[in-house]
Amino acid sequence: MPQDLDHRAPNACACEGDEADEPPTSTAEERQSRTVDQAVLRAVFPDAVTRRRFLRKLGAGAALAAIEQFFPLGTAREAFADSGGSIEKKSLKVGFIPITCATPLIMAHPMGIYARHGLDVEVVKTAGWAVIRDKSMNREYDAAQMLAPMPLAITLGAGSAPIPWTIPLLENVNGQAITLAVKHQDRRDPRRWRGFKLAVPFDYSMHNYLLRYYLAEHGIDPDRDVQIRAIPPPEMVANLRADNIDGFLAPDPVNQRAVYDGVGFIHLLSREIWEGHPCCGFAASKAFVTGMPNTFRALAKAILDATAFASRPENRKQAAEAIAPANYLNQPPTVVEQVLTGTYADGIGGVRKDPKRIDFQPFPYESFAIWILTQMKRWGQVKGDLEYHQVARQVFLATDAARFMGELGAKAPGDASPRFKVLGKEFDPADPEGYLGSFAIRRS
Amino acid sequence: MPSTASRAAVLSAVLLSSLLLVWQLATLPSAGTGTAPVDPEYASLVGGAVSAGGRSAFPSPAEVGGKLWQHLREPFYDRGSNDKGIGIQLAWSLGRVALGFGLAALVAVPLGFLTGLSPLFRRALDPFIQVMKPISPLAWMPLALYTIKDSALSSIFVIFVCSVWPMLVNTAFGVSSVRREWLNVARTLQVSPWRRAFGVILPSAAPTILTGMRISAGIAWLVIVAAEMLVGGTGIGYFVWNEWNNLSLANILVGILLIGLVGMALDQALGALARRFSYPE
Repeated sequence: MPQDLDHRAPNACACEGDEADEPPTSTAEERQSRTVDQAVLRAVFPDAVTRRRFLRKLGAGAALAAIEQFFPLGTAREAFADSGGSIEKKSLKVGFIPITCATPLIMAHPMGIYARHGLDVEVVKTAGWAVIRDKSMNREYDAAQMLAPMPLAITLGAGSAPIPWTIPLLENVNGQAITLAVKHQDRRDPRRWRGFKLAVPFDYSMHNYLLRYYLAEHGIDPDRDVQIRAIPPPEMVANLRADNIDGFLAPDPVNQRAVYDGVGFIHLLSREIWEGHPCCGFAASKAFVTGMPNTFRALAKAILDATAFASRPENRKQAAEAIAPANYLNQPPTVVEQVLTGTYADGIGGVRKDPKRIDFQPFPYESFAIWILTQMKRWGQVKGDLEYHQVARQVFLATDAARFMGELGAKAPGDASPRFKVLGKEFDPADPEGYLGSFAIRRS
Repeated sequence: MPSTASRAAVLSAVLLSSLLLVWQLATLPSAGTGTAPVDPEYASLVGGAVSAGGRSAFPSPAEVGGKLWQHLREPFYDRGSNDKGIGIQLAWSLGRVALGFGLAALVAVPLGFLTGLSPLFRRALDPFIQVMKPISPLAWMPLALYTIKDSALSSIFVIFVCSVWPMLVNTAFGVSSVRREWLNVARTLQVSPWRRAFGVILPSAAPTILTGMRISAGIAWLVIVAAEMLVGGTGIGYFVWNEWNNLSLANILVGILLIGLVGMALDQALGALARRFSYPE
């Protein structure tokens, strides 16, 4: 039971005191029931002096038990949880990058899903991942789309000053591909890629880790045998056309756009490396999550609704139409549609069908975060000892996600940290160091 | 015999039309490439040129003209925060340039004036100016984003930084090279220092100061496009970036053309202003 029942200004703001009082592991739910308890106490004893005397005499737990005799506290907590409480900040700015990973986050805008959850959200197209990071850290954005590894990197202070950041929900799984220049169509074996110049969108990205993993599994050292550069997605197709690079592992629709413009072909979908891998997530600072619990909850639920809509195959065409215009992705509609429906031209004359090319699954599994951390360490992005599980739990908010899903009547997965396979090799989240040690090609 | 001006105009027109002709000829679809038989289902999924077996091509002048007309017909539409008409984008960029440039003028002209008056001060400041002047303003962007913590202010700051140096240097130069005789005359007539500054030095340095402003405005307009491409949001630079994202060369060319025209208009306006303040000696 909380000790701070007589807190002066519960539910007010992200004041230092409020956060300091909170147990670090408290979920949004615990915070909320505490708020309800405080509100009820204040209603019963409007006078602060009387209230304090009463609390001191009985102790917080006993005081609430006494009140529960005549006031249905449990029901109040539930009712409060259902109504979502009052939203602290209605108009929000959410940043996105114009790629199909952002589908739920964008789509919720034209389809009115944010409005349905009582929010007035402006979705702002952003020029690149570094700008998303800087604008989020400057608080110009309340929340933003981020690559799944970015909040881990920000929290650890890799490539930026350390600030606690979170991934409350994932947006999509799969949805990336390796595209090569058309002239390489007879060099499909990665063992023959020595000397290639390849591009990824950002250093702290699943794209980077998956490409490195794929190359290393085929005996190519990603730091010595090939050159990997970070290039913003729009420049990738232009560079491929100019022969500056041999290929890239990019988010869609970049891969499909290279096919559409006749400069590249799709060598392999990322789901062939790891089926169901995370890609982008909806990210917010820890300060936002704890400081504005009701806004956070409304936003998370809106994104859950949008994700559920986008995940149904029959809705994919509609989603493509909603996000293709200039205000969002600014791409030819057929390119977006091919990505979302999974019926696509492969760039070398074939039409392939793969409905799981991109999928939308919101649950931020902790084992995903742990895997990402192993790869950050593997390639020398973070050094020294890592508290894998603690960091994963801090950043990937699986408990909150499960609760929000439950409130919307969706079933949250039973195991928040399952095992999975990457290129046939099993990852056991219980032993990240052992996994890391099992790789021949690594930097640490 | 027609005047030089009208002959130059004819020559310009000939140059333009031959440029357009060469461009048109160079972008004609080559019939030879479309040999590979393409499955119709596949063809429906890729771009026009690709469905014929080739690659997407450089846009023709007619395509660019069409896009230009489309943008000019409706310059001020607003279809959401990420899709606004080209007139609105240009207005944003001009606003940023005006703010950054105005702030720079407020700092550079008085500071340059003082520097020009005192040879000691001028020598002391010189190394700083020499080091700061050649730094690309965009190199300040990450630093500005980190310290100012606001992307809109950061781009204005970048404009400020790039326009401050030419104005400062030119003002100082103009002030320090006021003719000695005029100052001597002022001294003989026992003119007050205040009147000497505004009645003698300022008018005589005005043309040089305005030249500095003209150089600064030109640089500011160059830089704002790059700054907006970097930070995004609004402005003509964002427009170009957004169309780059869409790989639409026709739209990018429209953007380039408008950037050039607006830059020219800015330069002409400041040139006219400079002519008003120049005087025959």
